[in-house]
Amino acid sequence: MRPVRQPTSSLRVSVTINGKLTEATVDSRLLLADFLRDQLDLTGTHLGCEHGVCGACTVLVNGDPVRSCIMLAAQVDGMDILTVEGISDDAGLNRLQEAFKNRHGLQCGFCTPGFLMTLSGVEPSDYPDEESIRELLSGNICRCTGYVGIVDAVKEAWGRI
Amino acid sequence: MKPPQFLYARPETLEEALSILDEYGADAKVLAGGQSLVPLLNFRLARPAVLVDIALVDEIRAIRVEGGTLSIGAGVPQRVAEVSTDVAEASPLLSESISHIGHLQNRIRGTVGGSLAHADPAAELPAVMICLGATMIVRSAGGERSIPAEEFFVGPFTTVLGDNEMLCDIRVPINRSARSHILELSLRKGDFALAGVSGQLTLSGGRVADLDLVAFGVDAVPLRLREAEDAVRGREPAPDILTEAMRLAGSAVDPSFGDVHADGAYRAAVVGEYTYRVLVEMIR
Repeated sequence: MRPVRQPTSSLRVSVTINGKLTEATVDSRLLLADFLRDQLDLTGTHLGCEHGVCGACTVLVNGDPVRSCIMLAAQVDGMDILTVEGISDDAGLNRLQEAFKNRHGLQCGFCTPGFLMTLSGVEPSDYPDEESIRELLSGNICRCTGYVGIVDAVKEAWGRI
Repeated sequence: MKPPQFLYARPETLEEALSILDEYGADAKVLAGGQSLVPLLNFRLARPAVLVDIALVDEIRAIRVEGGTLSIGAGVPQRVAEVSTDVAEASPLLSESISHIGHLQNRIRGTVGGSLAHADPAAELPAVMICLGATMIVRSAGGERSIPAEEFFVGPFTTVLGDNEMLCDIRVPINRSARSHILELSLRKGDFALAGVSGQLTLSGGRVADLDLVAFGVDAVPLRLREAEDAVRGREPAPDILTEAMRLAGSAVDPSFGDVHADGAYRAAVVGEYTYRVLVEMIR
């Protein structure tokens, strides 16, 4: 991350996104979510509430799950971003995605990228039981499933079923 | 739901940051974790001309235990403080209260100082800092001043911070013999608190030697439950004393402070009940 000494309305950022170094000029006001979707065409990151409540826009920044709708593209200069496009190779689904499919962890799918990214950014051992898994998932809202399928999917992916 | 236009700066040192604040004054706003500020920008409730991102300012990012004081840099992420063994040993109430802030994703970005400077009436940390008798260290290009937490918050989303000042450090006195607890009620885990109570208590010879009780979510600023404290302090915490504290705590809440989620009478009842439960937990 480089200093920006003079207040500016746009700036250059250099970001590693899904393993690929990307250089871009961004408006200071540009949200990370809009940078990913509109400028880089990574539309797997979804925008729900746009004020940090619903979790649909969750991505990993330096390995940690964060809300990309309340982070500026300017703030991720020099950082490492992982989006839902980067969690599996083109050949198919990863273990977590397979578990969501098997356990009916999604219906409309709008919230799914956010759930997948939150789950991709934590240590399973920090969430040993169902209560702690549910508390972890409280930062992501799903209006279709009622969460039972999602919790089951997490348990399957983490080898608990 | 996109931020208005603003100029963005990312100074490398505290001195540079303070000099930008000095130059732009009320037109500038400090950007720390952005978990409250960026939503306000998205809603266009805030329209600063300049955002001063303090991500590179390392001077405000340390957790230190020095003598009888826990010192937390304002820029320390909430999640870092939450899992810090230094914080847990020096001030268990602080670790416990941070776990109530938003969701994991918010605590990863959100900072301790950001929550305090934002001064949301429903926030945990302002109440807890008053409860713990913390001191806010505030700097500007012109110098430094120390402000007791109790004098720092003056209204909803309003502190005594001047336009050119920045909260840099929070000093929490360490009281290893104190017991503490916090309870809060929210509609869902991670939502803003409808009401909450934080407490710190010292027992001596079976009596309550010292007691701090501070409620949040029920007034424009954290509410010290002074009458409830006075009813318990210096006495043996017998059931009738605790019940009296519960009554006094509830009646300290302004019944007109309500919204669509909970009216004032309900919030008052919660503060009474939680005061009782916090006291019971602390003397257990």
